[in-house]
Amino acid sequence: MIHFVILISRQGKVRLTKWYSPYQQKERSTVIRELSGLILSRGPKLCNFVEWKGYKVVYRRYASLYFCMCIDPDDNELEILEIIHHFVEILDRYFGSVCELDLIFNFHKAYYILDEILIAGELQESSKKAVARLIAAQDSLVETAKEEAGSISNMISQAI
Amino acid sequence: MAATSSAPSLVDTLFQRSLDDLIRSLRSSSSSSVLEAAAITRALDEIRREIRSPDLDTKAVALQKLTYLASLHHLDMSWAAFHALELLPSPSLPHPRVAYLAASLSFHPSSTDLLPLATHQLRKHLAPSPANTPALVAPALHVLALASSADLACHLAPDLLPILSGQSSNPLRPKAIATALRALAVCPDAAPVLFKPLVDCLSLSSEPSAVSAAVSAFCELALAAPDPSPYLPLAPEFYRLLVDSRNNWVLIKVLKIFARLAPLERRLAVRILDPVCQLLRRSPAKSVVFECIRTVLSSLSDHDSAVRLAVDKIKEFLASDDDPNLRYLGLQALAMLGPAYLWAVDESREVVIRSLNDTDTNIRHQALCLIMGMLRESNVVEICNLLIKYAMKSDPDFANEILDAVLATCGRNVYELIVDFDWYVSLLGEMARNPHCAKGDEIERQLVDIGLRVRDARPELVRVARDLLIDPALLGNPFLCRVLSAAAWVSGEYVESSRNLLELVEALLQPRTNLLSLLVRAVYIQAVFKVVTFSFIFFIKQIQAFDTKSSADRNAAFENENDVATADKAVIFDSIDNNETFKHESLSHLLDFVETTVGPLSECDNVEIQERARNVLGLIHIIRETQYWDIVAEHELTRDKKISEIVELMEAAFSEELGPVSTNAQKRVTVPEDLILNENLSDLAEVLGDIDVTPCTSISFSLRCHHPTETKEDSAPVIEASSLLAEHRKRHGLYYLPTEKDEVESNDYPLANEPLLAVSHVDDAKDIVKLTAQSFIPRKEKPMKPRPVVIRLDEGDGDSSSGLTMVKEFKDDLLSGAIRNVLLGNESKPSSSCDMSSDRTSRRGETDASNNNELFSQPKESNALDGREHRKSSSRKSRHHTRHKEKNGSLGNEDIEETSHRHSTRSSRHQGRHKHRERGDAPPDVVSQEPVIQDFLL
Repeated sequence: MIHFVILISRQGKVRLTKWYSPYQQKERSTVIRELSGLILSRGPKLCNFVEWKGYKVVYRRYASLYFCMCIDPDDNELEILEIIHHFVEILDRYFGSVCELDLIFNFHKAYYILDEILIAGELQESSKKAVARLIAAQDSLVETAKEEAGSISNMISQAI
Repeated sequence: MAATSSAPSLVDTLFQRSLDDLIRSLRSSSSSSVLEAAAITRALDEIRREIRSPDLDTKAVALQKLTYLASLHHLDMSWAAFHALELLPSPSLPHPRVAYLAASLSFHPSSTDLLPLATHQLRKHLAPSPANTPALVAPALHVLALASSADLACHLAPDLLPILSGQSSNPLRPKAIATALRALAVCPDAAPVLFKPLVDCLSLSSEPSAVSAAVSAFCELALAAPDPSPYLPLAPEFYRLLVDSRNNWVLIKVLKIFARLAPLERRLAVRILDPVCQLLRRSPAKSVVFECIRTVLSSLSDHDSAVRLAVDKIKEFLASDDDPNLRYLGLQALAMLGPAYLWAVDESREVVIRSLNDTDTNIRHQALCLIMGMLRESNVVEICNLLIKYAMKSDPDFANEILDAVLATCGRNVYELIVDFDWYVSLLGEMARNPHCAKGDEIERQLVDIGLRVRDARPELVRVARDLLIDPALLGNPFLCRVLSAAAWVSGEYVESSRNLLELVEALLQPRTNLLSLLVRAVYIQAVFKVVTFSFIFFIKQIQAFDTKSSADRNAAFENENDVATADKAVIFDSIDNNETFKHESLSHLLDFVETTVGPLSECDNVEIQERARNVLGLIHIIRETQYWDIVAEHELTRDKKISEIVELMEAAFSEELGPVSTNAQKRVTVPEDLILNENLSDLAEVLGDIDVTPCTSISFSLRCHHPTETKEDSAPVIEASSLLAEHRKRHGLYYLPTEKDEVESNDYPLANEPLLAVSHVDDAKDIVKLTAQSFIPRKEKPMKPRPVVIRLDEGDGDSSSGLTMVKEFKDDLLSGAIRNVLLGNESKPSSSCDMSSDRTSRRGETDASNNNELFSQPKESNALDGREHRKSSSRKSRHHTRHKEKNGSLGNEDIEETSHRHSTRSSRHQGRHKHRERGDAPPDVVSQEPVIQDFLL
């Protein structure tokens, strides 16, 4: 299974973290520090796998972002690379040629999208279309709810 | 409203910064870390105020901001757990979504104690209702999957059922499957409820995404289980997927499952061989091909044709110059091949060796691991020489990696690979001379260890130590400090193998030794002490031997005697002639040199050095004082009692050999009768303070016992404190110079193993011989030179970790036990507790229902008990009600074998029954002896 997913920028800024195994906050910081040191220092055209504390970390760089996933030693590295690519394609489709800024300002959306793809560290939905459809449905639901709430709170604030 | 600084006010609500504002302000201050920290602190203050606002919108935005800070700036947000829970019941959809996101990112199953408060809301959101849209249920499932404790999982497991076994088109179904997997992992008791619906998800009618999720779940379960046999009955379903599925993700998982199941059932292996080979040949996806290779190598390695095919694919991987990933995986796959397939590695030898030069450190590392895996007795010399030479040229990191790998592999299992210890010892010397060497600690350990264990290697060891010691260039390297310490100890301890004592002493006392750390210098001085002692003893003995002969044939006799000594002890004094007056001069020169060099050290600040320097000086003083010393030429005085006493004493001080100490030595020491194990620690402290009567003292002397004591005594439980102390002494005593000046006093102490020594001596020798003899049996070629005896004690290193694994296995056992019960079906069917499947349960007998009631009433009654107790008791209960009774609790292997067969029959029967409901009556309890897997697969 996937133990965690981390997105780090080339400068070492964390852009997204998702933990599928229980880690305490302190451990999380240490893990990120160690891994960003390990991965960011690797040059291009090297293999995408890093061994780390008995686990394997599969990473792939897209533009300025490193997508890293930590897996068990007997998991399939190539499969994880495909999952990473799958995730990036879905992000790309959702945001329309995604860039780092999209993820920075829509961090919760990035989480919701990731949640549609992975749950409990397992691949969930392998169809990009299905994910796009689900996310769109959720978005429209949330939007309508917000509109309703907006109007109500307007009314209240006016009343005050 | 009184707007205090801390209370939330309307102003906060109206002028609250949105998440975007927060992100912008953080970005604008990201240029310096101080500014950023300040911005974060300010934002956190705001959030702390806002989050207590009664307005849910304000609260939600605050929580969202906090989530952002926590997940990307590593802030602790556990304090806000309650606020997240507050937002859950809100009717506005965005609120619970924000709350669930916060919870899934920050809740921790063991440290979030508010978790039980979420139970009710989760249940409400999971219930089938039009208000519960996927947009709400999906995040709820996430929280349940990521943060649920055992209790929560047990309570909510039945609530997953409507989604699990509901409409197949439900987009939530895959999520519920993954959540169910997590629930099973933390709470094995949920198996009766959840397992059956999970199995149903594999069926043909399910949506592809549900099948994929279910396969992932079973893959995870089967990989985690210590014994995967309970999953054997599902093999037909998996086989269908293996043959039919075109989905690579599913294929990979199915292959993983079969890799685990195939070793259990030979016929299964035969059956999947063909489809796996087909995939291996045809699949365009490298990930599937690689998984096939892994499956073949790990589980189908008996089938030569398949292995051949896999090896061909591995070669393709290795040859792909443009893709480092494939090269890496190719090497990894080669490393999986067992010793039986050395030919495969051999065929790719060139690529592997070339990979040591790869630009990618990970590939180099993998190649190194592979080469280490290939090491055999026959090629160890060749390969290690090659690697160590290579390490000289490579970059520091990799050089150390190589050294590490060579040290670990050669030292494995008490040097089982090494036949020629002379070679290995000189290799250790060569490693120490590597300019990048940072493995001094391990080299030190092995040098001393080989000295203790392998008698035959000592002359070479002393030679290597001498080469290290006389090289002044090495003294400046802080990494080699430890190696030099070992070298000094070795040359002192086995001084009789030294060729040139004067040279050795000069090396030990050369001026640059002041670069060494103080403790190592102390070791050096103690080595000098031993050398001086030895040369004096040797000198006196020579003369005594000389004296015992009559003066007529004295020259010839002396030479004879000397020859015997030389042959016996392998001692060669290059610098000393047989003429004793010359020898006297040389000895006196040695003493003068030592005295002048060590003299200043007796004023040293460091107590260790000072003490030892004084010891040496004292010894020289005694030697000088003897009458013998003044009148060397007059041999009558050799009969002087005093001299022979001194010689005897000094000889005794170092004659006893140090031996390796078993890790279990402490357990073998019987607890003295006057030691009460139940005494509390303060009493113990008193006992320990009075060191003369504690067992620990004697343990420190057990160091000196050089014969491994294979006693069959009960390993008495040992008080922790005393064992810690003993451990400390044991560890440090080995590298610490033996304080032999205590020798005389030591007779007063009881030696812990003294009574055993005489008895066990002979047996031990036999044991060692037997051990080495055994290890020779499987080897193909007898080495030219017989392997020297390596003293090894018992294997008891693994004891410490066993407790931990036991606990884990116990838990896994619970799960597989529960699953076995479910799959193998019969009375205690899970679904009885759930309305959805009442039609199925209705077919079952009255008694079964009552069993179920009992089964499920048990946890309810014990709700008040703490979780662990609860789980235990209910699982015991559920086991109790299964057909194969408690026997299973402690079954031996045969039992497992047998039950698993029975299981397979039952469950597939059950599945058959399930598919053809029209059959109606449950078949009676007659179980056919043929395992049903056959029906499906053969």
